Amino acid sequence: MLAVPGAVLPNFGQTSSCVRNNGLFCWSWFSQHWSDTFGPAIGQHLVLTVIAVAIGFVIAMAASLVAYRLPWAGAGFNVVFTLVFTIPSIALFELLVPATGLTRTTAEIALTSYTLLVMFANFVTGLRGVSADVLEAAEGMGLTRGQRLRRVELPLAIPAIVAGIRVATVTVIGLVVVAAYVDNEGLGVPILQAIQNSSFKTELIAAAVLAVLLAWAVDALLVGSQWLLTPWLRSRRA
Amino acid sequence: MSADRSTAAVAARRDERTPAATLEFDGVSKRYPGASGPALDNVSFTVPAGEVCVLVGPSGCGKTTAMRLVNRMIDLSDGDIRLDGDSVISRDPTTLRREIGYVIQQIGLFPHFTIADNIATVPKLLGWDKKRIQARVAELLEVVSLPPEMAKRYPRQLSGGQQQRVGVARALAADPPLMLMDEPFGAIDPITRDRLQDEFLRLQREIRKTIVFVTHDIDEAIKMGDKIAIMREGGHLVQFDSPAEILTRPADEFVARFVGIDRALKRLTLRRLHDLEMAPVPAAQVGDDAGPVYERVAASPLDELIVVDGEGKPLGRVGADRLQAESRVPDSRLDPVGVTAPETWTLRDGLAMVMTDGNRPLLVLDEAGRAAGVVTVEQLSGALRPNGSPAPTVPERGDPEVSA
Amino acid sequence: MTGVLSVPLLLASANDFSGAFKFIGNNPHLLLTLSGQQMVLSGAAIGAAMLFGVPLGLVLGHLHKGSFVAINLSNVLRAVPSLGLLAIMLALISFGFLPAFIAMFVLAFPPILTNVYVAVDGVDPQTVDSARGMGMSPFGVASRVELPLALPLIFAGLRTAAVFVIASATIASVVGGNGLGNIIFNQPSYGLAGVLGAAITVTILSLLVQGVLLVAQRYLTPRGLRVTRARGEATALSVAPGGAENLLAAGTEPA
Ligand SMILES: Nc1ncnc2c1ncn2[C@@H]1O[C@H](COP(=O)(O)OP(=O)(O)OP(=O)(O)O)[C@@H](O)[C@H]1O
Ligand SMILES: [Mg+2]
Repeated sequence: MLAVPGAVLPNFGQTSSCVRNNGLFCWSWFSQHWSDTFGPAIGQHLVLTVIAVAIGFVIAMAASLVAYRLPWAGAGFNVVFTLVFTIPSIALFELLVPATGLTRTTAEIALTSYTLLVMFANFVTGLRGVSADVLEAAEGMGLTRGQRLRRVELPLAIPAIVAGIRVATVTVIGLVVVAAYVDNEGLGVPILQAIQNSSFKTELIAAAVLAVLLAWAVDALLVGSQWLLTPWLRSRRA
Repeated sequence: MSADRSTAAVAARRDERTPAATLEFDGVSKRYPGASGPALDNVSFTVPAGEVCVLVGPSGCGKTTAMRLVNRMIDLSDGDIRLDGDSVISRDPTTLRREIGYVIQQIGLFPHFTIADNIATVPKLLGWDKKRIQARVAELLEVVSLPPEMAKRYPRQLSGGQQQRVGVARALAADPPLMLMDEPFGAIDPITRDRLQDEFLRLQREIRKTIVFVTHDIDEAIKMGDKIAIMREGGHLVQFDSPAEILTRPADEFVARFVGIDRALKRLTLRRLHDLEMAPVPAAQVGDDAGPVYERVAASPLDELIVVDGEGKPLGRVGADRLQAESRVPDSRLDPVGVTAPETWTLRDGLAMVMTDGNRPLLVLDEAGRAAGVVTVEQLSGALRPNGSPAPTVPERGDPEVSA
Repeated sequence: MTGVLSVPLLLASANDFSGAFKFIGNNPHLLLTLSGQQMVLSGAAIGAAMLFGVPLGLVLGHLHKGSFVAINLSNVLRAVPSLGLLAIMLALISFGFLPAFIAMFVLAFPPILTNVYVAVDGVDPQTVDSARGMGMSPFGVASRVELPLALPLIFAGLRTAAVFVIASATIASVVGGNGLGNIIFNQPSYGLAGVLGAAITVTILSLLVQGVLLVAQRYLTPRGLRVTRARGEATALSVAPGGAENLLAAGTEPA
């Protein structure tokens, strides 16, 4: 294994019979370790996710704006991002370790790489999907290129942009679990620890379920923010 | 909205209004890269300030191309276009476009802007202050006859006709000296279209812009234009004249044919329903003896009895079959009066109404709302014929003599 | 942006790559065995998912019922991290092929069901009506009209599921579902060259399977539909990116 999870191992000798018998879910153990293990892990998980998605967003947005103007550049980005995307995540994490060590940087580089293709593809589709009539009207009224982009094209691409961010975010939340191999953070840490600890069930289930709940919560948050950002889509015909 | 109020408002602001511009096409040609022939071929004409010039012609003859050259959405291949004597080529395209109102063929409202924001687009670009923009939006909604509460809606909450009005209001927003309108009333039903045209003409009498207006419809051209430019395939301008000139002295066979088909329809707009020899209405009052009434109904093109009140205003209909079974004209369970038309309507409106009503004979009302007569689809379409002779007004089924 | 991208590319320098290919050349038997195991696991999961997903999607789509479940199931299950799912299986079942298989099944099922449903539901109602009008039975309509017309979209879902499952099956070795993950998770024994070699092998497997599925799709699609229709390949997420990108954007997770 690349990393030795460093958290305190559950002490089988002194705890409840549930933990001693490795019961399916020992609630008391979970609540004891909420504040020293799971709470902080959720926080780290979120931070890792937000950083990766934010950096990925900036890169993918820049790339998609270039691709929007220069289709041949778009094809190039697509090839590169697709290649990066097909590398198995655990392999990419390991390949980075010699350069950047067992650090958060290593995790973030790999995580960011996986967000690029999904966001890029969605952003480009969103920008290209703006109707020609609307663009014609905007140009005809004398909006400059920059104004058209800021006031017309980007706002109208919001649904596709948010869709890309959603898929990227949920993907990253899943991958942060794997990133525990190279960066001792997030909900992957208790999972790896539990696997090494004769499959300690309570910890396995708690961490995995928390990861799923985290993904759902963040996804719901993004759906909500799209709703707020696109008032013109929620109005009914009067 | 109140027409006087807006007229007064417009008059009050006339001084601050930008004057209209003179538009000159001077030997203008446009060849698209890769196209076999020119889309516009050596076109010259001048639209004096404050006049409406209508471009008509078959699809693909270069009407949209001509418009887009004016605001430099595309660039000239040859010749020059001048606004008040200044070549558009010397102008910065975005600044130029902000000075020209442009209504595109497909409306193109911004779906993510409210109606108010759509209208305010150019004033915002020009940096007007908030108060002035708000006032301008309110004024323009009034001008295009949209209720003020529409301002907060989004385009998809409006009907097609309402969206087109917003498109016109948006183009008018910064009070441009020149308006380019590419089929602004396309894709609208004939009745609404007619109303929009009337409103447009009223508006134009007030604002006196220079307007280039594209249409496929020669009737619309004749109605709206001070000048008509007739174009044909290959981007040729065939005739540039006043509507009267074009109707009476078509330049060539093409113009004659192009105007001809529609000239018939034009005839329809010149005559009104009361100009026709209408068949009498089979009418009776509640309680009248059903027997003789039934005979009148059977003789009428209308297969129903129109039940009227003491003044002769229609109350409802009774089918011939039911009437036969009754001894007196019933007063309950009448069918609704349904489709009627005022006698002042043009034949064209009447024909449109009849055709949407399944070609059934049309009940015509006089000024006071009394049942005045019945007009059939044969009569209306007969008026289309070139020799102008209306179809025989005698209904097949009997003697028009029988009358209430 | 080149900064981020160049790091993995720099790392996988010529040296590493030559090492990786040397590893592949020296260990064909090991790689073949592990690839086989990974393919058996993936194939079994995808096969089982099709066994349930295709008929269910066909019936629901034919009846135009259950859109909420069929579409949202994907969106909900997409959020489940593969390793998290494997962890839950490990807790519920323990090590071995079975927990890995069940986890992979759960990953494969939603995109298959959703795509079959969306595809069949979206077949032009006029076509269906005219088939009915000619006297086809409901079964005939489903099997001879709706299914063939829906095939391109169904295959898009299948490819999504395949990419997804083959990649995730790498991680499955954590819970004892053998495969190339045995090498990738064991860098101490196989070294960076081994890890890279196995990663390359996984990528090749994934591309091969996609190629096979594309050929099968071409062969099975009615001739009249063989014009490019990449735009139609909408999948799990309601916004469909265009072209082949979709395959990935539609809810795959690299594993
Ligand atoms: N961007 C373009 N590139 C190449 N050819 C063009 C382009 N735009 C228009 N054309 C061609 O130029 C000719 C004139 O087109 P234009 O759009 O001006 O016609 P139009 O009179 O407005 O037709 P419609 O009544 O159908 O709107 C047509 O033959 C058209 O195919
Ligand atoms: Mg046009």
